[in-house]
Amino acid sequence: MNKEIFTKPLFKANPVTVLILGICSCLAVTVQMKGALVMGLSVSIVTALSSLLLSLLRKTIPNRIRIIVQLVVVSLFVILISQFLKAYAYDVSKQLSVYLGLIITNCIIMGRIEAFALTNKPWPSFVDGLANGLGYSMVLVIIAFFRELLGSGTLFGYRVIPSSWYVANGGFYENNGLMILPPMALILLGCIIWVQRSRMKELQEK
Amino acid sequence: MKINTESNLYTFVYSVVLVVVVAAVLAFTYSALKPKQDENVALEKMQTILHSANLGMDASKQADKASYIKGLYADHIVSAFVLNSDGDTVPGKDAFKVNLKAQYDVIKKMEATKDSGDRKVLEAKLLLPVFVCNTSDAGNVDIYPCYGAGLWGPIWGYIAVEQDCNTIYGAVFDDESETPGLGAEIATDRFSGQFKGKQLYKDGTFVSVAIVKGGGQASNPNGVDAISGGTITSRSLETTIRQWLSEYLNYFNVKLGASGEGASLGKGGIQNE
Repeated sequence: MNKEIFTKPLFKANPVTVLILGICSCLAVTVQMKGALVMGLSVSIVTALSSLLLSLLRKTIPNRIRIIVQLVVVSLFVILISQFLKAYAYDVSKQLSVYLGLIITNCIIMGRIEAFALTNKPWPSFVDGLANGLGYSMVLVIIAFFRELLGSGTLFGYRVIPSSWYVANGGFYENNGLMILPPMALILLGCIIWVQRSRMKELQEK
Repeated sequence: MKINTESNLYTFVYSVVLVVVVAAVLAFTYSALKPKQDENVALEKMQTILHSANLGMDASKQADKASYIKGLYADHIVSAFVLNSDGDTVPGKDAFKVNLKAQYDVIKKMEATKDSGDRKVLEAKLLLPVFVCNTSDAGNVDIYPCYGAGLWGPIWGYIAVEQDCNTIYGAVFDDESETPGLGAEIATDRFSGQFKGKQLYKDGTFVSVAIVKGGGQASNPNGVDAISGGTITSRSLETTIRQWLSEYLNYFNVKLGASGEGASLGKGGIQNE
């Protein structure tokens, strides 16, 4: 049971490629691997912990204000993470800028709390939140891999494509400037969805 | 005992308790992490100041970035002081801690007021920091800050000027929320690199640096290329630089008068367009 809760959001019900949630931040923070990875981890921590906490509280929450309670708990974790990043990973927090605060509005988190955490026990809720966060991170990292490699010739800031290849240094290679811009992330995301659907026949609409 | 979770009283108490608990947790974290965050901000400011004099460009490759930057700053920034608008040193002020935004607000009010008496009162409030940096190829250079409004949010920067108060040694700019790929290009080395060697005076009159299309031609010592697609940011930056440097004109005159050369510079006052 728990195993399925964990694996389903990674592939068959991936929040980004199947449910098409959290696209905005997907386009914004995938220029570099480092930013994508930190963003993915932050979202995973927030979804996991807020699902856990809200699942623990689920029997006490008055139904009429449940969305507000969810919002308060989610923003608590988001602000905590952004404060920690500002103190211990200042460069990354600058790079993620407003998108870090906007984790609050990431539909994946509220979606999983409403759909899962409020009706399930704490441990499965935690696993579900974590898995959805990781499914999101996975897509982010794949997109960032192509964008950083082809757009800047680096991975995690380390040069992968030798600088002697570049036209400026007498070589034959030029970075693809389009890769740096958000539209390319959308095209790459489309490609990932295409590959996934052609592999998993059950996802295809009739 | 079964509590009715749908009653008004319960809902009310529940939300109050929740908010108080969350606020307490956040307040505690904030005050615990504040010193570390302030240190990061100060470190970034040091790095930006050094960048304007082309120092510390390899900081991100250092294993211990913090102590590398602190070391460079201690070695190269030989003095830092605060001026008033007459060009005299204000004693007892730390140049590093001057709030540039507050000074910008004063400058903005000065531009808005028509009354010369009001202007004088405002001008007296102005604190203008200067950082003197030791470089290997141009001796000491003076680093002046600037801060203004871009298209979406604040833009700021530091400009290093050589001892003739005319030739720009280097510059660095940054922004909070300009459009990536367009206005935010002011923060790139490719843009700020254009400022090196440009001049603030033309025929003895202060003209600042124009940021315009085609301004970067080698024949034009007073201009750099604007950013295509970032016109408003380019214009704002041009205005910001002119506003700030013209506040330092009295200091330039004091300085040049003292050294006895080129004292005629700047007597023509500020040319606005």
